[in-house]
Amino acid sequence: MFMLVARRLALAPLTLLLVSFVCFVVLRVTGNPVDIYLDINRTPEQVAALTERLHLDKPLIVQYLIYLRDVAQGNFGDSLQYGGPAIDAVATAIVPTIKLLLVALSLAVVLGVVGGFVAAVYRDRLPDFALSSLAVTGQSMPSFWLGILLIQFFALKLQWLPTSGSGDWRHIILPAITLATILLPNFLLVTRSAMIDVMNEQFIVTARAKGLSNLRILVRHLFPNALNPILSFLGIQVGTLIAGSVITESIFAWPGLGRLIVSAVFHRDAPVVLAAIFFTSLTIVFASLIVDILQGIVDPRIRR
Amino acid sequence: MIKLFRDNPKLCIGGGFVALIVIVAIFADFIAPYDPYKQNLIRRLKPPAWMSGGSSANLLGTDNYGRDLLSRLIYGSRISLMVGFASMCLSCMIGLLAGVFAGYRGGRTEQVIMRLADAHMALPDVLLAILFVAAFGGGVFNLVLVLGVSRWMIYARVIFGLTRSVKQRPFVEAASAYGAGDLYIILRHIIPQLIPVLTVLATLQVAQMILQETALSFLGLGVPPPAATWGNILAEGRDRLFVAPWIANSAGVAIILLVLAINLFGNGLREYFDPRSTRLPPDLSAKTGRLKLAVKQLQKLVGGDGKAPARQAE
Repeated sequence: MFMLVARRLALAPLTLLLVSFVCFVVLRVTGNPVDIYLDINRTPEQVAALTERLHLDKPLIVQYLIYLRDVAQGNFGDSLQYGGPAIDAVATAIVPTIKLLLVALSLAVVLGVVGGFVAAVYRDRLPDFALSSLAVTGQSMPSFWLGILLIQFFALKLQWLPTSGSGDWRHIILPAITLATILLPNFLLVTRSAMIDVMNEQFIVTARAKGLSNLRILVRHLFPNALNPILSFLGIQVGTLIAGSVITESIFAWPGLGRLIVSAVFHRDAPVVLAAIFFTSLTIVFASLIVDILQGIVDPRIRR
Repeated sequence: MIKLFRDNPKLCIGGGFVALIVIVAIFADFIAPYDPYKQNLIRRLKPPAWMSGGSSANLLGTDNYGRDLLSRLIYGSRISLMVGFASMCLSCMIGLLAGVFAGYRGGRTEQVIMRLADAHMALPDVLLAILFVAAFGGGVFNLVLVLGVSRWMIYARVIFGLTRSVKQRPFVEAASAYGAGDLYIILRHIIPQLIPVLTVLATLQVAQMILQETALSFLGLGVPPPAATWGNILAEGRDRLFVAPWIANSAGVAIILLVLAINLFGNGLREYFDPRSTRLPPDLSAKTGRLKLAVKQLQKLVGGDGKAPARQAE
């Protein structure tokens, strides 16, 4: 177990390096910062000063190493759109995103696990058929259209909830539902198949034969064993969830990291893009690490 | 044919609907009632025929410039299908090469390729796509390129696991004992074993790619307007939600129908290949027996429907 975590931790910096290198190269190759930072009336002195400050005269790889050195010191550069340090823009945006992610994730996990469980118990009967069909339809649903439908119905027609923006708790409901729907169907289907797998195991038959109560079988035998595939699926889907938050935030004008990245990319605000993607990748790496550790706790067989 | 339908309705319904949309896309020139780019400002924002104020001249209504929505949807299917299919082919090719290479060679090759795949997992595909499209511009070609590159590791992971298990089977050992070269073994003995799983995975990925393409178009990073793509229509519709909700909804319905059909077709294929759906003829079941593990792995990745284990127990 310790080795597993240690190996994952050792790989994390490598992952972040790769991700930041790709982003850095793409951003530098395609846009000359001189054209972006300075307007048409620039003087040669200004150009020279900027080239000096950003080390643009040096080879790309050297520029990247200098960037890394700065990042190691906590300096992600200054934002072009906002003027202040890029890290500040990211720090303000990360809180709403985490809020949204947590609400959506709990929604998806709770409903998905309960739904999958119900479908497994009533396997091949009406509740299973209804839930599974709903889940497959949900898998095919473009999340941005779902968001638009929700706005049409709850915000425009019923006028119960605000169309977009952020503020009190009512603003988070529609974005969270939209985001949760990206994961919910998959969760339901994975839980269902994991539960059915475990139900066919010998030890469940034994437990039944011993006369254990249904509740005890569920809590002590069924659930712990089904939890592992669900967790490993969760680990894979963290990235999907974050990718989904980019789109959800754009639909609902949620002031989070995803919207920041989209607007920074449009404005060619390279420092903000790099910093934001850095933290996104960091989140994903750590989330899958936590999932790995949880798996080790749930299933002793993995603790190699 | 009837027997196949009875045994596997998902495969037939999904496949039939996909075929229908493909035909519509191919013959768009003959089917579409209007030119999808022809503006008619007098007839702008007309609702669909079944709503009050709509007319049968524009069955699904018109958009902000008076363009016929039905025609735009019909032409839009071309881009969705093309981008979805082409990017699937690209990522399938990269993933297959990487996965087979890593699984067959093992050792350091495996470490490098699979760690690269892990690292790629930490960069959400949408972010990569946004970055690339913003840098190199939209358009069909760039979209195919970036969507193809952003999903290779899904194939690589599945193919890697499969290759490793196939490699240990006796017929591969036998071939290598006969002095067959690596390339020959891979092409003749390993890749044929991967085809069923690859087919299912690729089919389901086409659906994902189409969703991704429409999502990027929706963010304004797809094929640039005025191109008639489903994502563009949806994005235009978002700005007119108050006055003309049918614009966004018609594109939404088109997307969900196509993706649902592809997903059904993919799930049908999975059941068709899966030995544990007992309705298959016995010879085919034996032939596909090796897929058990692979299908499980696949379900983990793409979210299985889990029908199979249930049947096994019965």
